[in-house]
Amino acid sequence: MEWEVVIGLETHTQLQTKTKIFSGASTAFGSEPNTQACEVSIALPGVLPVLNKEAVNCAIKFGLAVNAEITPRSVFARKNYFYPDLPKGYQISQYELPVVGKGAVTIQVPAAGKNPAYEKVVNITRAHLEEDAGKSVHGAVEGMSGIDLNRAGTPLLEIVTEPDMRSAAEAVAYAKKLHELVQWIGICDGNMQEGSFRCDVNVSVRPKGTDKLGTRREIKNLNSFKFMQQAIEFETRWQIETLEDGGTIQQATVLFNPDTGETRAMRSKEEANDYRYFPDPDLLPLEITEADKARVRAAMPELPEAMKARFESEYGLTAYDAATLTASRDVANYFVATVKAGADAKPAANWVMGAVSAKLNAEEKAITASPVSAVQLASLLKRIADNTISNNAAKQVFEAMWDGEGEVDAIIDAKGLKQVSDAGAIEAIIDEVLAANAAMVEEFKAGKEKAFNALVGQAMKASKGKANPAQVNEMLKKKLGA
Amino acid sequence: MINSSLKTLGQMLAKKEVSSVELTQAFLNRIDTFNPEINAYIALDQQKTLAQAQAADAIIAAGNAGPLTGIPIAQKDIFCASGWKTTCGSKMLANFVAPYDAQVVTQFDAAGAVNLGKTNMDEFAMGSSNETSYFGGVKNPWDFTRVPGGSSGGSAAAVAARLCAAATGTDTGGSIRQPASLCGLTGLKPTYGVVSRYGMIAFASSLDQAGPMAKSAEDCALMMNVMAGFDERDSTSLNREKEDYMRDLNKPLQGLRVGLPKEFFAEGLDAGVGAVIEAAIAEYKKLGAEIVEISLPNTGLSIPVYYVLAPAEASSNLSRYDGVRYGHRAAEYTDLMDMYCKSRAEGFGAEVKRRILIGTYVLSAGYYDAYYLKAQQIRRLIAQDFEEAFKHCDVIMGPAAPSTAFKAGEKVDDPVAMYLQDIYTISTNLAGLPGMSIPAGFSTGSDGKALPVGLQIIGNYFDEARMLNVAHQYQQVTDWHARMPDLPTPQGTK
Repeated sequence: MEWEVVIGLETHTQLQTKTKIFSGASTAFGSEPNTQACEVSIALPGVLPVLNKEAVNCAIKFGLAVNAEITPRSVFARKNYFYPDLPKGYQISQYELPVVGKGAVTIQVPAAGKNPAYEKVVNITRAHLEEDAGKSVHGAVEGMSGIDLNRAGTPLLEIVTEPDMRSAAEAVAYAKKLHELVQWIGICDGNMQEGSFRCDVNVSVRPKGTDKLGTRREIKNLNSFKFMQQAIEFETRWQIETLEDGGTIQQATVLFNPDTGETRAMRSKEEANDYRYFPDPDLLPLEITEADKARVRAAMPELPEAMKARFESEYGLTAYDAATLTASRDVANYFVATVKAGADAKPAANWVMGAVSAKLNAEEKAITASPVSAVQLASLLKRIADNTISNNAAKQVFEAMWDGEGEVDAIIDAKGLKQVSDAGAIEAIIDEVLAANAAMVEEFKAGKEKAFNALVGQAMKASKGKANPAQVNEMLKKKLGA
Repeated sequence: MINSSLKTLGQMLAKKEVSSVELTQAFLNRIDTFNPEINAYIALDQQKTLAQAQAADAIIAAGNAGPLTGIPIAQKDIFCASGWKTTCGSKMLANFVAPYDAQVVTQFDAAGAVNLGKTNMDEFAMGSSNETSYFGGVKNPWDFTRVPGGSSGGSAAAVAARLCAAATGTDTGGSIRQPASLCGLTGLKPTYGVVSRYGMIAFASSLDQAGPMAKSAEDCALMMNVMAGFDERDSTSLNREKEDYMRDLNKPLQGLRVGLPKEFFAEGLDAGVGAVIEAAIAEYKKLGAEIVEISLPNTGLSIPVYYVLAPAEASSNLSRYDGVRYGHRAAEYTDLMDMYCKSRAEGFGAEVKRRILIGTYVLSAGYYDAYYLKAQQIRRLIAQDFEEAFKHCDVIMGPAAPSTAFKAGEKVDDPVAMYLQDIYTISTNLAGLPGMSIPAGFSTGSDGKALPVGLQIIGNYFDEARMLNVAHQYQQVTDWHARMPDLPTPQGTK
């Protein structure tokens, strides 16, 4: 039987606000335990929550970015359960009426093997505001568990998708797209190591061609795309094997172990809490007006989709190139800066996606930390455009700039890479080559097209690569009467 | 002096006829004498109190005194007060010293008032007799065998016995008005959102409201001038302009339309109480009021609705008392769950546990719609009843409680009988309306004891100034509010 995997994601994005969602305590990461735990964070008797408007603005930004309905009147609810790092004994979240309703994002799934790259729309079910819990710290004090409430009350936007993804690759493409989007609109720093962006992945399988969803298991707290890929692939295989062996899937929460590459059930849903959600009487419903939305919209950067369309129309880029360049705001900014500094758009796009990306990937650097700046790249591309250097020579110059050997013109001079475009000098070289390669000339005249290319090669070699290839071509044709 | 109004005390302090330290000491002496018997206070700290009195005297000397500067008041032990033990009447918080001030405490501190101590109360404000307090019951100053009402029983007894000049209370279903009625005081529960709840330990967040308990309407107005006001730390606090609650006290009542809800005078009302209320209504007629019969048809549903919603909120509000960060933790436990269970089993009393269980039940999956959601719908109907009634009248009057003070122990084993104590007060909390109780006379029971009876005045939203006016005018022509219980001299004192 052929199986189909069905995947939906729930992503907790930590919002980039200075203070917590319901108090004035700082949200900075990495401070000494409980130094950012005010009376509200500790949940002392008598304290009350006050909603941080900045967190609401973040939610509106996200809603606008995924073309979602933004609920005019959403409600905060209490999710009740006991846990030592949950100081109130309930988490303030949103339940029946989330701030962001249905929306969608378009993802680019990269080519894999013989399957080409493709685009796909992933539907967003909802996104809601909630507070994070604190942390239990085991082992800091011998024989005891410690509680650090610095993180308690940090604002989160939980983004939930429809079960729209059909492979680990699609899930990872979505997660990457979302990861980039929340950074693009400035609501999340995207730091996965510090837990600013954490994914829960719901996985189920069903016979291909059937509609009914299989029983799902939820892989909790994945904080790297690599682990997500591995976890989904393992989980999918495990579920298919279990069913093919005649077993059944129990709804469960599972954890991924990066050391073994396996998923393992943490608790089954039968033991799950009844969270006794009810509207939080300490908070008024959250009202968002058209004016609020307009105000947030006005302050938002150009979104990837709009920028992609603009790159196609304004710069004449292909849809693929435009999508690749706008997959990251930093990459897009770098590209735009290169063009603004005087480079032609098409070669700029090729270089950003080609040489620049390759070097960054090899050295695991972000484009914002690129040793070759957009202005430097532009001056390099200008030297190609004005025939000062050939494309091949440009690659050497780029490498040298990357290694900090100086600016473009100085490197060209130092390495003697300047292209020869003097007609007389080129003619002299060609005459020399024709004289030395009479046999090839004969072959060409006998109709062997290949011989022409060989002669070009000889001429370039004779010029030590510096002759302008176009000129060489042209003059050779003239001399051979072709 | 201990019998003087807040206004008179303020004048005496201003004229330096008495210092705040002397006045405070006089109340502390009475507390020393009578509190061991009455048990109105949970926490006392003479040093802190006298330091505040000294500071007040300095403010008075500098000519910067406000109306309450130097006047000793008592705070219900539901308000966090920095450096004070703040127990909420529970073993759970028996050793909890608040590290911050409730907004109400901050406001009285800013006004220069002196805090005499923290008053006794039903545990987490759950009770109508003060008998659920971990720190023991409070005796009604009018008859030591009887309860003072609750949950603000300590504040009520302290004011009635003149163990403070005035006190704060909180009212979730009648916890200011019922003890005010049973102890012969004037008590006001303001419109929901008028007084900040920040630092006031939550029982049922959508119903809790703090207010003054004092000897007269004028005293309550002075207290309200300090307590009321917007607080950005309480999202349910209403951002309205500051008002002067004294401004309308002296307006004549000619043409005032008084609504009498027929449901407040039906079965369940003690005959003696009913007679006192009728006499009070007659007095209002003399003052020029016009009587209108009205109906609040859903009154009977207010108790069941309340005992779904209040426990639901309480079950969640009290989850933070888990023994992890502060409060009672069991001495021995085997694991986390055992620590939770033992700490909460030991730290909470029976009535609190009863309400946590009810609240947990009504919020549970499968029951939520039938209980919580349905109760919210009826709550809206109850508010609509009042909305309709106020089309026909300016204020609503009736009894504050169905009976006078009952005997200690009489209702402890019958929760429903206890809950019925709040039959006339609960609906105003559900609607968020302001209500008050003022002394209207005495009813003599079978044992020959004359016990105070409270007249309830319910106003429309934000009509506190008018209600205080209505009460004050009555207090100009009657002296029920000025009566003071004869306290038996405790044995062993001279």
